[in-house]
Amino acid sequence: MNRNLILAFETSCDETSVAVIENGDKILSNIVATQIKSHQRFGGVVPEVASRHHIEQITGCIDDALTKANVSYDDLTAVAVTYGPGLVGALLIGVTAAKAVAWAHNLPLIPVNHIAGHIYGARLVKPIEFPAMALVVSGGHTELVYMKEENSFEIIGETRDDAAGEAYDKVGRVLSINYPAGKEVDELAHKGNDTFNFPRAMDQDDNFDFSFSGLKSAFINTVHHADQIHESLSREDLAASFQQSVVDVLADKTVRALHEYPVKQLILAGGVAANRGIRERLTDELAKFSNTELVLVPLSLCGDNAAMIGAAGEMLYRHSISSDATLNADPSLDFDWIGEA
Amino acid sequence: MAKILSIDTSNTPLSISVVEDDFVMASETLTTHKKHAEYMLPIIEDLVKKSGLTPAGIDKIVVATGPGSYTGIRMATTVAKTLASTLEIPLITVSSLWSLALNRFDSDALINPIFDARNGNMFTGLYKRNGNKLESVVADQHTNIDNWIPVLKNYSDKIEVLGDIGELSAQLTAEVSTLTVLPRQFAVPNATLMAIHANDFKPVDNVDAVVPNYLRLTKAEADWQKAHPNEGNDNYVEKY
Repeated sequence: MNRNLILAFETSCDETSVAVIENGDKILSNIVATQIKSHQRFGGVVPEVASRHHIEQITGCIDDALTKANVSYDDLTAVAVTYGPGLVGALLIGVTAAKAVAWAHNLPLIPVNHIAGHIYGARLVKPIEFPAMALVVSGGHTELVYMKEENSFEIIGETRDDAAGEAYDKVGRVLSINYPAGKEVDELAHKGNDTFNFPRAMDQDDNFDFSFSGLKSAFINTVHHADQIHESLSREDLAASFQQSVVDVLADKTVRALHEYPVKQLILAGGVAANRGIRERLTDELAKFSNTELVLVPLSLCGDNAAMIGAAGEMLYRHSISSDATLNADPSLDFDWIGEA
Repeated sequence: MAKILSIDTSNTPLSISVVEDDFVMASETLTTHKKHAEYMLPIIEDLVKKSGLTPAGIDKIVVATGPGSYTGIRMATTVAKTLASTLEIPLITVSSLWSLALNRFDSDALINPIFDARNGNMFTGLYKRNGNKLESVVADQHTNIDNWIPVLKNYSDKIEVLGDIGELSAQLTAEVSTLTVLPRQFAVPNATLMAIHANDFKPVDNVDAVVPNYLRLTKAEADWQKAHPNEGNDNYVEKY
């Protein structure tokens, strides 16, 4: 059998990543140059700084990915690249480099939606079975996506304000935890109890949307009020209460969505999918669904990486999706809402 | 006979040429759009094809890496370094101000290319012909008009200003008597001239290390450095 080899690019935020994926589900290489240490100086991602780091790293990452995979340009089947959503200046580095490589070696260019990449990262664990649903939770995104079949993505719910990961970072700042705060808040939360009973926004609403800005404000107000009256609050309990609110809303909405849209698999993906609290809760909830399997994207592939873009890219390649050299970055690229398409 | 792909998208104009040593094969200049992300690769494809070449037929790349619009210089630099790396061909990087100054290569005057950076700020440098080379007299820099005018007044030579500089023009002509602001036709870089004049320049040693010449830190980094004067500014990216 001929090998399908995709050279994949991902530069939508603060990781420069290039990967080689074989037949859509095998990682031959997945090079990630992360800028976290740089942006930690500023307490969050600075877009212009991100773009500058991407251009420093891009060709070195390509070389490393090919070398580690032990393949040459002649072996490749196609080039895949994230073209949105994300930071426009950051996306443009990957898109431009991918276009240049595709043209130089006469390879098809496959445009990949970053969120589709996060979801298809699950392929690297086991084949996706349809219909499927994905809960994508990261620093920039919180959405429930229904997939009736391969290459079909319909939004059934999404955040109306902050992404869950964004709320983690803002709450982290109040607790003097540097960006990205998710992991440390998660660890603190496991040592505390939900004593503050923060709001569960939109939990009872008749839709599958999320809102985290009210929770963030409630958290900040609680801490500031305590500061003013010189009362000290338990960081562990604060973190546990915040996390419990996030987990409750994510889990409740997901469970209700699963009742309305029965699926064979629920895929948990995105940077915040590494959160232990969310993984544990969804594992418990899914135990009650005998026909739905929970697929947890492994921790090593939860953050942004090009392997997942290659996994989605191979699927798109089989569906004859490609772009010409006019491909541009689309920072607010989005799936259609269910029933819209 | 070297086939050179030459790219300048430092500001609103886009200029791309395929040049054989000292003679243009195909060239395109656009000033009506700033859609470099969309147009640059299709134009390169088209010009290389019309030159009767394939990508593998390109022998070297010349690129203007800045200063200029951050996105503009990143687009050109990304395409240039990726092509040089993937095709394993030499890459020559040049100043975007030098590239524009080549429009007046034949002049005996001091050539002063200026990129307007708004609010009186500018990227600029001073150039003069020496034999068959256009050499830097005052290094490329990010400055403002009030600091730049005294620099120009140090010279008794005639000065020719090139660039789409809007309101800066009036103040420069009023305060520097030796200076002429040339018509807008000289404000558009010419990738063909760039390729011809850079043909014998030394290629970069390490293509992977090529970055745009921004001549300016981001505000976030500048503020951080001010607050942390003793810390270095490298090794902030970790690869695994």
